[in-house]
Amino acid sequence: MTAPAAARAVWREARVVGVTPANAHARLLTLSVPGWPGSLPGQHVDIRLTAEDGYQAVRSYSLGLAGDGDTIELGIDEVPDGEVSPYLVHDVGPGDSLEVLGPLGGFFVWREDDPSPVQLIAGGSGIVPLRAMVRARLAASTSQPFRMLVSVRTPEDAMYRDDLVGLDGGGGVEVSWAYTRSAPDGWTGPVGRLTPAAIDAAVWPVADDPVVYVCGPTGFVEFVARELVARGHPAARIKTERFGGL
Amino acid sequence: MAVFSRGFGARRREADPRIPPGQYLEEGFPVLSAGPTPDIELAEWSFTIRTETGSGKRWTWDEFQALPSEEISTDIHCVTRWSKLGTTWRGVSLDTLFADIDTEVEYAMAHSYGGYTTNVPLEDLLDGKSWVAYEFDGEPLDPEHGGPARLLVPHLYFWKSAKWVKGLVLQQHDDPGFWEQNGYHLHGDPWTEERYW
Repeated sequence: MTAPAAARAVWREARVVGVTPANAHARLLTLSVPGWPGSLPGQHVDIRLTAEDGYQAVRSYSLGLAGDGDTIELGIDEVPDGEVSPYLVHDVGPGDSLEVLGPLGGFFVWREDDPSPVQLIAGGSGIVPLRAMVRARLAASTSQPFRMLVSVRTPEDAMYRDDLVGLDGGGGVEVSWAYTRSAPDGWTGPVGRLTPAAIDAAVWPVADDPVVYVCGPTGFVEFVARELVARGHPAARIKTERFGGL
Repeated sequence: MAVFSRGFGARRREADPRIPPGQYLEEGFPVLSAGPTPDIELAEWSFTIRTETGSGKRWTWDEFQALPSEEISTDIHCVTRWSKLGTTWRGVSLDTLFADIDTEVEYAMAHSYGGYTTNVPLEDLLDGKSWVAYEFDGEPLDPEHGGPARLLVPHLYFWKSAKWVKGLVLQQHDDPGFWEQNGYHLHGDPWTEERYW
């Protein structure tokens, strides 16, 4: 894999080559970006849209797939009163153009030469950069054990749900679910806000010295990170990325 | 040639001269941090300035509160593209903190509880340009936003306004801090979009 942070980020033209619904309010966009230098799992990009009269808007989105090649995947969750995400979720289609700057971010990334066990904890659309890490791990010739805890309102709200349910511990990646509003048929666990007990059941113990990636809305990340620190996970081993306001 | 996005622009926002290029107006107050929010007891808190000779000055929370403070009304700009207008803070000017500091060097590294660092030239900290802020909107600063105290350097992107700040170490060179090693620009002027390497 390339070391993208070393290259200066420049705007590149991108063409939409695929759109896939991810749930009722989110979409995966596949873009072809000639000259794309590759990315590390966990990195993000800036997307620039230009209206025909020259008006522009820029927003950041996480990459759901990392690696070499000039195709990238974005997972975009609609912010209902937003300016950019409704366009990307409802309007843009194959053949349309936009611009991409990146890859960006050199901290919230997983590198396959890190031998640590990995704990991923996602709230809502925070799953996107963590999904890139799982994919990278499955594609890598390494064997670090991964655990992933995904908290969503309902099964229908989970992006990448079919991919992750299909994993079921395969390839060294264990996936646990937490549902805050309603659970799938046959679910025997609790339904409601993520509990300390659910964290205990799903997360590597401190003794295994995992590196932990937490991504989601601010309240979720604050709660999870606080619980992890309270369990004795060193703060320096917990990397966080927060989406949206309080 | 410009790249146009078919059909984009219907929900455009009004331009505002207070918002730098590439930014959008944010009404909330997003939280961005690289790790957990640290718990800092006021009895344990201190703020230290250390010079290149190893001398300097240290204030406890009570000593810090006894310093003259200012109300600051300012706009803030995050490198992740949001700007928040008309925020109100209370804090101690770096000019006050540097009153008895004797240094020959031109750069500082801000250090935070939790291990975060960010580098700032002294010329961006002095002459009324920065504060150590401990109130937001008339209330003690929330831990998520950097409480009990954070650096406030509003004319630079907000990653320079180090949360949970505990001191400044003066240095000969403009060595990069945490985000500056992880993809962000060494300086960070929002008006010239000094965002990334």
